[in-house]
Amino acid sequence: MSDKTPIDIKSWIREQWGASKLPPGGVVPAPATSLEYKTGEWREFKPILDDEKCTGCTQCYFICPDDAIKMDDRFHPIFDYDFCKGCTLCVEICPVDAIKIVKEVK
Amino acid sequence: MAKVENQEVKGLTGDQAVAYALLNIDPDVVPAYPITPQTIIMEKFSEFWADGLVKTELVHVESEHSAMSAAVGASATGARVFTATASQGVALMYEILFIASGSRLPIVMAVANRALSAPINIHGELTDQLVTRDAGWVSFIGEDAQEAYDHTIIGFKIAEYPEVSLPFMYGLEGFIVTHALEPVYMLDKKTIYDFIGEFREPSNWVFAPGNPGAQGLLALPDYYMELKYQQEQGMKNARKVIPKVLDEFGEITGRYYHEVEPFHMEDAKYAFITAGASSGTAKAVVQRLRSKGEPVGMVKLRTIRPYPDEQLSELLKDLDGVMVVDRSVTFGSPASIQATDLASALLKHRKFPRVLSSAIVGLGGRDITEKDFEGLYEQLKKDVQEDVSRTHWWGVRI
Amino acid sequence: MMQEAVPSLTDVRFHGRGGQGVVTASKILAEAAILEKKWVHAFPTFGPERSGAPVAAFTRISPTKFTVKTEVYNPKIIVVIDPTLLSKPETYEGLVEGGILVLNSATEPKKEDYPPQAGEIWWVNGNEIANKHIGRTIANTVMLGALVKATGLVSLDSILKALGSYFKGDIYDKNVAAIKEAYEEVKKVE
Repeated sequence: MSDKTPIDIKSWIREQWGASKLPPGGVVPAPATSLEYKTGEWREFKPILDDEKCTGCTQCYFICPDDAIKMDDRFHPIFDYDFCKGCTLCVEICPVDAIKIVKEVK
Repeated sequence: MAKVENQEVKGLTGDQAVAYALLNIDPDVVPAYPITPQTIIMEKFSEFWADGLVKTELVHVESEHSAMSAAVGASATGARVFTATASQGVALMYEILFIASGSRLPIVMAVANRALSAPINIHGELTDQLVTRDAGWVSFIGEDAQEAYDHTIIGFKIAEYPEVSLPFMYGLEGFIVTHALEPVYMLDKKTIYDFIGEFREPSNWVFAPGNPGAQGLLALPDYYMELKYQQEQGMKNARKVIPKVLDEFGEITGRYYHEVEPFHMEDAKYAFITAGASSGTAKAVVQRLRSKGEPVGMVKLRTIRPYPDEQLSELLKDLDGVMVVDRSVTFGSPASIQATDLASALLKHRKFPRVLSSAIVGLGGRDITEKDFEGLYEQLKKDVQEDVSRTHWWGVRI
Repeated sequence: MMQEAVPSLTDVRFHGRGGQGVVTASKILAEAAILEKKWVHAFPTFGPERSGAPVAAFTRISPTKFTVKTEVYNPKIIVVIDPTLLSKPETYEGLVEGGILVLNSATEPKKEDYPPQAGEIWWVNGNEIANKHIGRTIANTVMLGALVKATGLVSLDSILKALGSYFKGDIYDKNVAAIKEAYEEVKKVE
């Protein structure tokens, strides 16, 4: 079924498809299309890691509501700024103040 | 398809007729919640289910809101889904009716038309169905048990048409149809499947293993209007599909139905517009008045949505007076529910009878008698004579 | 355009009490008529079902198809299933001039006790027959036997056939015996 509907989600958003081309019923006939929608653009505050201070406790990894923190091999966070909305929960939970926030410059 | 000869005829109530149609349709999923006067549809269908005569997944839910929600969920997987309700049940479903149509799910639902509370009343009235006219469902009203049977089958055919893909509801009036026994001509399973297919063939994306995607999503100002426009296109397509389906059904059964059914409209000066069970009574009265030389006809309305505006304005354009006999009620409106629709149809096509009156009749199951129609005919002539379009609360004690 | 013939309708009204199979009687009559290719509309007085309360049910029959969908106000035939309703004037409300009464009564009814417009009065001891064959004083099917003899509305055969969709086996046979006896026993009041 999905091969009937060509889903190039980027062009869907870019070209603002009209009623004749949009899949009926408001469905999105393709998986994981939210990856095409960069919610990181909403960010007002940006988390920055102080690698020296980080102890690798992983609390920031687990609290991130947007799954925007990955870990390196030392369990230090790597922020995925495409999807980090800047909620700063990671900043608040960090026990050693290893995450700082800076005002986002766009 | 050729006409099916020797259709089995059985004495059935309207509700039983629907259940017997379902027996041979064998829908995939039926979520339902009981409510008078719908109850017998599900009672009888449950018997078939318990006897192993259908393979349906019968879902007992805790409310009509849940029934329609389950119907939406099931239909989103590509299943063929049926449910039935009435009155407060329709009202409780109201929220989900829009989700069914907005998601383009061809659910079929019988409405055993019953008056709305308060005060509580269990009897026949069309308001419960008419107030859903903006919910995006294709909406039919039937006159008798046979039409209830036939609409059950026709409904799936229309709803599942790829270019329609809309839910379908059809009314059968509480008690006078749902609980009254009449001869019903029935079709065998093969004939029904030749007509609607053994399974629904989904035309849009559906939930299925190996077919990832998402449904029931957000559409903000950037896309909402386009999706609503698609629904209207579905309705427009239904206008073309309905006569085709009804014709095809006629070829098979010998029962030819139409969106509007004129009766004695040749040279008529006056006409009733009716929907539902009282159409049959109106026919008898019109026939009698005609035999006395009265220039009166009637048009029975089968499709509420899409509204057959063009056919109606064509039929009514040269008349002196039209009386919409409406077994429903709305308050503070310019006219009765059906008369308001009709007025905008006539305005759209710029073809008018001189007087368009309406009558609110038979609320809460009050019988609509032959005398009522005779009285309404006299009233219509009076309205024409005085050149005034009126809304009459017919038979109400003041 | 040709004028269709106005169908001639025969309205039958059954009287009994909730639980006595009054509605079933009206439906069996209707199904018997369908077997004879007649057109019917059969329904009870609409509303909640209450065991023991007086109820009525209607069967409207015509040799040709009809479309009228109104309740019955002027029955041509009234069948009284429950003898305790015989003396109630509302049982005979709306009976047409020359109408027919088919009564379940232990004793021969006196003409003067019944509405003057009644053209014919038929009677049978339905309770006794029902008790004898079925073991209960529920006379709904019994009175159908009396009705068909009195009116010839449908044949006895059709009634027995239609009965088959409501009763099976032993209970069917007992009902058949009861109906047949009522058919033989019913008498017209002279």
